Amino acid sequence: MSDDAAIVKEFLIESYENLDRLDQDLVVLEKEPANRETLASIFRTIHTIKGTSGFLAFNELEAVTHAGESLLSRLRDGLLPLNAEITTALLAMLDAVREMLKNIETSGKEGERNDQELILKLARLLEAPAGSPASPLTAARIEPPATPSEQPVPNLGEILIKRGVAKASEVNAAVEHQKAGDPRHVGEILVERGAVKPQDIVEALNAQQQARGQSASDSTIRVDVSQLDRLMNRVGEMVLLRNQIVQYTNSTEDSELLATSQRLNLLTTELQEGVMKTRMQPIGNVWSKFPRTVRDVALGCGKQVRIEMEGKETELDKTIIEAIKDPLTHLVRNAVDHGIEPPQVRRMAGKDPEGLLFLRAFHEGGQVNIEVTDDGAGLDYEKLRNKAIQKALITADQAARMTEREITNLIFLAGFSTAEKVTNVSGRGVGLDVVKTNIEKIGGTVDLQSKPGQGSTVRMKIPLTLAIIPALIVTSAGDRYAIPQVSLLELVRLEGEQSRKGLEFVNGAPVYRLRGKLLPLVYLQRELRADSQAQVAASLKTEFQSVNIVVLRADDRAFGLVVDEINDTEEIVVKPLSKQMKSVNIYAGATIMGDGKVALILDVLGLAQRANVLCDARERETAERQEANELIPVTDTSQRKPMLLFQHGETGRIAIDLALVARLEEFPPSAIEVAGDQEAVQYRGQIMPLVRVTHVLESKRKVISENAHEALHVVVYADRGRSIGLVVDRILDIVEESFVIQPETARRGVLGSAVIQKRVTDILDLPGLVAAALPGQASVGAEA
Amino acid sequence: MTTQQFCTFFLADQLFGIAVDEVQEVIQHQEMTRVPLLPDVIRGLINLRGQIVMAVDLRRRLRIAERPPGTSLINVVVRTKEGPVSLLVDSIGDVVEVDEKTAEPPPQTLEADMRNLVVGVHKLDQGLMHVLNTEEACESLEQMEP
Repeated sequence: MSDDAAIVKEFLIESYENLDRLDQDLVVLEKEPANRETLASIFRTIHTIKGTSGFLAFNELEAVTHAGESLLSRLRDGLLPLNAEITTALLAMLDAVREMLKNIETSGKEGERNDQELILKLARLLEAPAGSPASPLTAARIEPPATPSEQPVPNLGEILIKRGVAKASEVNAAVEHQKAGDPRHVGEILVERGAVKPQDIVEALNAQQQARGQSASDSTIRVDVSQLDRLMNRVGEMVLLRNQIVQYTNSTEDSELLATSQRLNLLTTELQEGVMKTRMQPIGNVWSKFPRTVRDVALGCGKQVRIEMEGKETELDKTIIEAIKDPLTHLVRNAVDHGIEPPQVRRMAGKDPEGLLFLRAFHEGGQVNIEVTDDGAGLDYEKLRNKAIQKALITADQAARMTEREITNLIFLAGFSTAEKVTNVSGRGVGLDVVKTNIEKIGGTVDLQSKPGQGSTVRMKIPLTLAIIPALIVTSAGDRYAIPQVSLLELVRLEGEQSRKGLEFVNGAPVYRLRGKLLPLVYLQRELRADSQAQVAASLKTEFQSVNIVVLRADDRAFGLVVDEINDTEEIVVKPLSKQMKSVNIYAGATIMGDGKVALILDVLGLAQRANVLCDARERETAERQEANELIPVTDTSQRKPMLLFQHGETGRIAIDLALVARLEEFPPSAIEVAGDQEAVQYRGQIMPLVRVTHVLESKRKVISENAHEALHVVVYADRGRSIGLVVDRILDIVEESFVIQPETARRGVLGSAVIQKRVTDILDLPGLVAAALPGQASVGAEA
Repeated sequence: MTTQQFCTFFLADQLFGIAVDEVQEVIQHQEMTRVPLLPDVIRGLINLRGQIVMAVDLRRRLRIAERPPGTSLINVVVRTKEGPVSLLVDSIGDVVEVDEKTAEPPPQTLEADMRNLVVGVHKLDQGLMHVLNTEEACESLEQMEP
């Protein structure tokens, strides 16, 4: 019995995989009806399902696939042209098959079904070539011999005999029986006679398929996901244990123990990466369903849409893939239903009547970016405005004052849908707000950009994995808390005089002026314990000399979280909290620290909501966001993006695009090792080459004497997974202001100069600088 | 004659029992991380060999007077549908084997919400043993007074 269960399970897994591909194949086929290879592949898949379902006595499944197979064989032999009606019928057949497989998976049976209509329809299509005669195109393609690859494939009986599971006499008898009029397959007859076990037939069928050269390579195996989950949990525990051991050994003098723990450290990191890799899946697994989705939606609303994809191979953790599946599907449907215009409208606008839906995925800064772009009409700001007023989400007065960017954000509000009529696709009020919530739940962000008449792009930033994340550890009232680094913008520390003067109050609400803008402050201690305001104020005055502000981003808004102490950043293993503790939404989970104690992980969004940073901010920050609206560069020469400023020589100032900076680190001079001619440090289990910016720029400026005892300031730059450290003299500030680069070509590694903070500042060309300093690295990069 | 084994413990000198097969382990006082904003029935989180486990103060859950400060607690880790949960008790007693015949339902005078928690009483020589419903003890904590 368990044998049978195993066969059914394998049958299911294999069939699901094949079906997913078939959806895509059929849509491709509709575009290129002449693609014989695709047709042959579809035919084989259906044939296999039919065959196996026959052995496993899933009769309904067999009947449906049989009808589909007959139709497919006519198509394959060029006797019938493919048209939309046939494709739709075939897709309906795939749906029916999928439904039955699902039923088999849950109940072991196909379920109560009536597929007679579908079978009849398939049969009818087989009879009449859908009114239209075979197109000459199709007719011309009859010439090549019908799938030559099928010629040398041994038949089932031969395989069974060769494998020694059936005697030649038995097979011959079965073949005779078949010739005598039995409509079943040889395998079926053999099974019925008890000559061979169903499993042997399945294996033989697999072998037959392998002979056709389409089976997966032998170098992969299937592993149950729960097995990987368990492995991941164990590795998580090991990471924690490693943290404890490393922390303990750092306080001992035993050099051997230190060396051993270093080795353990490295190995654990490798193990962690390795296991995480096994859980990675290409995003193409989700995307593969979209051609079908797009086709169905487009057909349903009378549009023509082509789908293109880039970066299918971009990998994400399985849990994340699961989590983004629905939001992504929603976005795709949305883009086709709302975004892309009907063909006649497009033609009038001078566009290709066929709309384009473009999916793109790529890695950037430890995150995955996923974009869904359509070349449709873009957002109609007037319509959005009216809709929002109509739905009482904003007042007419507010609407008039809102910027386009703010209006764009409206569509992420709950209960907002602009579809003029409720179709079966969208317009049910479950809209982009759900997408946004779901993406934010896994630590991602969603952003929409739109140009009237040219289309819209929804961009999502998704973390690679949820299990192990970098976090900032802070202390509040003696307890440690972890803050995920994705939400972290910067750290501000006010000391002495500054700490008293820097904090101001707007009607009792504490704020801090961060580069000229008011940053609302939230006191962690007060939020967590609901202390009275007076107590906090009192403790502020007496207890703390300095104020530590963690600047966080929640829902595109910044706020400052005041904590007692900022400790360190650490890779933490996220452990979920039990159901009973989810009533409070400010914890994202818990983790175990190096000393073995438990620390809570803060949910930055929940915290911001609790502290009311988000809701009243909408109105208050209108002015601010108007400014933000100007962020979009008008021309290429004027830019406004966060830049890291550092000192170079005694007076020189250099800026780097902050987006290129992975981290800022300090190393003691003793940490520098030399490999070949190259200075390097050991960093996170890698050898990180060091580039001294001053040396590369061959500056005529006086180099600040390299103090042998002073820590090195290193800007870590991640280049295709490799870290490169730029040694700079002093880090000055992070600024965000508009500037115009004046190009300069004479110096290597410099893009040009600009006026930043009223001072002339060189803008560094980071990739160019690295290429100049480490020619070897650059070529490695180019190959990748 | 059917008998059942109970792991017993004390809360303010009252004897309680949990069916042995529901108990995962009994461990000494553990360092706890408090979780602000949650009902104070949840005393905090403990690290149980790499697993994070919620600790429920049974005295508070059963509305028994607070312990004198500084009393060390014992963790009785029980298995629930939601995974292991630690019940904090004063001290641990023996494992006793009791006969069905000594059991009685809780008295009518017991407060209604406590009836779900204490599902029965065994009349033993050393006193009355309250039979605790562990699932219930770890559930519906939100309704408790914070």
